[in-house]
Amino acid sequence: MTIGQIALWGLVVGFIMSMVVITGFAYTTLLERKVLARMQARVGPNRAGYIPFPTRTGREKKLLAGFMQPAADAVKLFFKEDPTPAKADWLVYNLAPMLAVIPAILILAVIPWAGKIPGLVPEQYNYFAIVPGLNVAVLFILAVTSISVYGVVLAGWASNSKYAVLGGIRASAQMISYELAMSLSVLIPVMLANSMDMGVIVEAQKGHWYVFLQPVAAIIFSIAALAELQRAPFDLLEAEQELSAGFNVEYAGMRFGMFFMAEYMKMISLSAIAATLFFGGYRGPFVDQIPVLGFVYLFLKIFIGLFLMIWIRATFPRLRYDQLMLFGWKVLLPVSVINFMIVAVFIVLAAEGVFAPIANFFGF
Amino acid sequence: MFEAIIELARGMGITLKHFFQPPVTIQYPEIKRPVRNRFKGRHELKRYDNGLERCIGCSLCAAACPADAIFVEAAENTDEQRFSPGERYARVYEINMLRCIFCGYCEDACPTQAIVLEHNYELSFYDRQSAIYTKDMLIVDVPVNGRPTPQTVEPGVFNRAIPEMENPK
Repeated sequence: MTIGQIALWGLVVGFIMSMVVITGFAYTTLLERKVLARMQARVGPNRAGYIPFPTRTGREKKLLAGFMQPAADAVKLFFKEDPTPAKADWLVYNLAPMLAVIPAILILAVIPWAGKIPGLVPEQYNYFAIVPGLNVAVLFILAVTSISVYGVVLAGWASNSKYAVLGGIRASAQMISYELAMSLSVLIPVMLANSMDMGVIVEAQKGHWYVFLQPVAAIIFSIAALAELQRAPFDLLEAEQELSAGFNVEYAGMRFGMFFMAEYMKMISLSAIAATLFFGGYRGPFVDQIPVLGFVYLFLKIFIGLFLMIWIRATFPRLRYDQLMLFGWKVLLPVSVINFMIVAVFIVLAAEGVFAPIANFFGF
Repeated sequence: MFEAIIELARGMGITLKHFFQPPVTIQYPEIKRPVRNRFKGRHELKRYDNGLERCIGCSLCAAACPADAIFVEAAENTDEQRFSPGERYARVYEINMLRCIFCGYCEDACPTQAIVLEHNYELSFYDRQSAIYTKDMLIVDVPVNGRPTPQTVEPGVFNRAIPEMENPK
């Protein structure tokens, strides 16, 4: 394929995958509400839409009750009045929700969804992604996730409200603190695979996921990703009890919804990144024979990641601000730096052949 | 450190345990939970077995009401147009449900046990006017063997407002 054809292919695939993920976002909200409800001994949304299923007793059973809830939410949000506060900075106020959403979608560009599917992937590339073969993919992810903090901070500042500004300040402080630990833990799969290309990292995990080689890095990444997402227990910037709602107090309607869209899309994309970097990405049994299975495995891994995040939200109370900073700077950062250095030293030693006798002994 | 991790895992375990247990929610409009016998819900105006109204329009309930929610206007009974035993009946009987505090003092004050706080608690309305429950809404249906009011009766049968003294139930 020529460059132009590949660009067109990327556009089409990007559109389709974005639509898939936006639908996925809608159902992630439903998943979160349902799972949280069940963990709190409630039922959760079960009124909007069901599939009637006749039973033998004559009474019909309601299957999947509530599956139209995301549509109902969207309709409600679109029809709400959406005022801009009089003293808000009009341009920045309206720009901020988009600044939050766009990076959340952009992250998905580099995630490999499946292996080489003949006919669906250009022959130059070895895996299915919106932008396959990007050789700085991990760097791209780190850069784009850093942009998304602007959405929150600018929203807080432009609202011209004290609560919103406090939320924004907390967001930026938290992002800066946890970004370091996250970057250092992301670098470990990069060092192990000796590439920043996500597809190469996935293929390097053939047979052994990096979570087994580097559980510390995986745990640090999970914690830092939760903080990066500003989800419980790190959701200080929208602490209802302290800041009423944090950075999005002044927003209403779909612009308010867009912040949630950003949050849930980032949940999906960070689950996908965690799956790709530490849990073998699209790899699973028989994926080499049937490459389409890659989609299934990655979706399954994303689902598990989402479930874990919701589970954590249902379980743990919010951290205090000083605890958050203490944990970020005095625990996560030193541990990840030490871990990083150990991995670097081991890789050099392995390249020098120091571990060859041991490796031979265990039959690697 | 390890104790902390174990405690965190225990917390996660508790939430997961509840995830697999059935929810305690009762799906309200479809399934209604029965209330206690002595639950004080919406008032009902009772009738005798022959269909005559118990309420004699004495306004003792209105006097007893601490929230001043009840309004009673009495009128004379005749043997051609008899609503209740005795001289008078309640021509107008209104309870303002926005004022009522469901204390049950009206029930205690009633000499004929005409007003009883029953078990209906679904008292929602859209405007203030519909908060006022009139006699038609409060009075119970005519019993099976009774006749609707006003009844035409033989003279001299229902002279006493309180036909026979009963101990309060």
